[in-house]
Amino acid sequence: MHSHRTKDFWAGAVYVALGGATILLARDLPMGSSARMGAGYFPIVLSGLLIVIGLVSLARSFLRPGEWVERIHLRPALFVIGATCFFAATLEWLGLVVALPICILIAAAGSRTFRLNLETLAATAGLTAFCALVFIKGLGVPMPMFGTLFGG
Amino acid sequence: MDILSDLWLGAQTAFSVWNLLYCLLGVFLGTAIGVLPGLGPTATIAMLLPVTFGLPPETALIMLAGIFYGAQYGGSTTAILVNLPGESSSVVTALDGYQMARNGQAGTALATAAIGSFAAGTVATVLIAFFAPALSAVALTFGPHEYFSLMVLGLVASIVLASGSLLHAVGMVLFGLILGLIGTDINSGEMRFTFGRFELADGISFVIVAMGVFGLGEILSNLENEQGRSVTLSKVTGLMPTRADLKRMVAPVTRGTLIGSVLGILPGGGAMLASFAAYALEKKSSKTPERFGKGAIEGVAAPEAANNAGAQTSFIPMLTLGIPSNPVMALMIGALIMQGIQPGPSVIEEQPVLFWGLIVSMWVGNLMLLVLNLPLIGLWVKMISIPYGFLFPAIVAFCAIGVYSLNNATFDIWLMAGFGFAGYLLRKLDCEPAPLLLGFVLGPMLEEHLRRSMLVSRGDATTFFTRPISAILLLLAVLLIVSILAPAVRQKREEAFTDED
Repeated sequence: MHSHRTKDFWAGAVYVALGGATILLARDLPMGSSARMGAGYFPIVLSGLLIVIGLVSLARSFLRPGEWVERIHLRPALFVIGATCFFAATLEWLGLVVALPICILIAAAGSRTFRLNLETLAATAGLTAFCALVFIKGLGVPMPMFGTLFGG
Repeated sequence: MDILSDLWLGAQTAFSVWNLLYCLLGVFLGTAIGVLPGLGPTATIAMLLPVTFGLPPETALIMLAGIFYGAQYGGSTTAILVNLPGESSSVVTALDGYQMARNGQAGTALATAAIGSFAAGTVATVLIAFFAPALSAVALTFGPHEYFSLMVLGLVASIVLASGSLLHAVGMVLFGLILGLIGTDINSGEMRFTFGRFELADGISFVIVAMGVFGLGEILSNLENEQGRSVTLSKVTGLMPTRADLKRMVAPVTRGTLIGSVLGILPGGGAMLASFAAYALEKKSSKTPERFGKGAIEGVAAPEAANNAGAQTSFIPMLTLGIPSNPVMALMIGALIMQGIQPGPSVIEEQPVLFWGLIVSMWVGNLMLLVLNLPLIGLWVKMISIPYGFLFPAIVAFCAIGVYSLNNATFDIWLMAGFGFAGYLLRKLDCEPAPLLLGFVLGPMLEEHLRRSMLVSRGDATTFFTRPISAILLLLAVLLIVSILAPAVRQKREEAFTDED
């Protein structure tokens, strides 16, 4: 019995979970016959295969020693993904000129070398100006410059 | 001579002022972003894709191809100067290139890479011009059975040639295939896995997946070991190689080009495998193998030629069969589909301007790289020395804006964030994102061909084995799987990929 903290174990668990979820979601789709496949046929076959792969991976994790999962660094993930979500949530409300610099600063804070100083702020302002000019003015991406909060 | 008139058509397209300009812009942007440490061609192309949506199809493809070679060359520059290969295909270049730079031969190494790439690119372009039409003529006779088997072979090959665990590569392909099915089923109009969100009715754009797992996911991985990123740049001097250097380059470049061209065509192959194989061959055939790893010019020339040749010839299966052999080609297929062009053997017939224009522009793009890069080396060095702490927030910003511009919907940004985090976690489990992207792009096509062939054969699955071409393709797939499971090959494969770490 080997540790359940190996990569094989968790990858197998993920595959089985994903395959199971797909089958659950596809249960109401018509299966059809092998000659006239319904919308549910192919997804069910694929998720069946995925579950098999998952079970093999799980079995392997118990049968032979595997590598442990390395530490998952939550700090960068929290900041970078958080910054992206913040941007998604506030873009229409705050507009690019306000939402983007905040997003950039949140993301930057994910780095251990992050310091909130004049240089950082200047770089943020510069990048925001660049994005506003290139994407909104230049390429015509229909993003609000100022959001609904500022009457944009 | 048919091919001459075709090439003439291509030249007219490629040399139009706008296409030249966009090719130049693509090469320039590609190199500028490609030199940034930790950003490979896949992430670079995914990031710049939205820029090309407004362009006509041939211009968009020409620009994307330019971005691709630019990014690849940029990656080699970084590998040579700071030993930080942006992606796996320039890992080998870093071995000897960085040593050359430390010996004060940075200029020679860069020039070798540029000249080797250009020579290989020229040969590979000619190969594409001759072989692609022939291959597409064969492919036009394919029915749904053959297509299905071909895609299975492609996916199997990409699994076998992937660098990580085989089992997890299969798992990721399957997961990618399932993700690709999200959206409206084209046959029945049924909604699949959309959770009632109308944003998912058209499926998830591959750009979102690519930017998430390759863009954001890579940032998360890079942020783990920031300490190791202290960049010490070597001074670049002596850009012009001497006559003796040139002489020593000829044989390795020729061999590298040959290996690269062949491996590039294989599904799952492309640039990375080509550069590994070329380096191994040079080392083996050299009279002085001990010089390798200590700054041998052959160790830069051969893999650089091979990876560029492989990068070019991997366009062949993409353009003629509509099958991507690596994630970059998956992005190109996605770009074609977004432009309203169905990739496949009919592209040459129906879009001669696009096809031949792209081929001629490949050569033009390679020439631009050669002319542009050496004089601009000072600029690239400046780009490399941007600290990562300033770089990655900019990448986050570009990704978020780029994804928004696809459908002008913030929903897509949420999705990308999800894929970014998922990509990071999966990487922790040794599950590579590349097979996922291939499966994702091929998913809908695979299902479509399966359905059609089963309809034709009235639900009889044995027809995949009784139709000769389809049977041969499946047999090849089985042979590949068997060969990789055989202990001897398995050991070789592991050896081949150990240099990478």
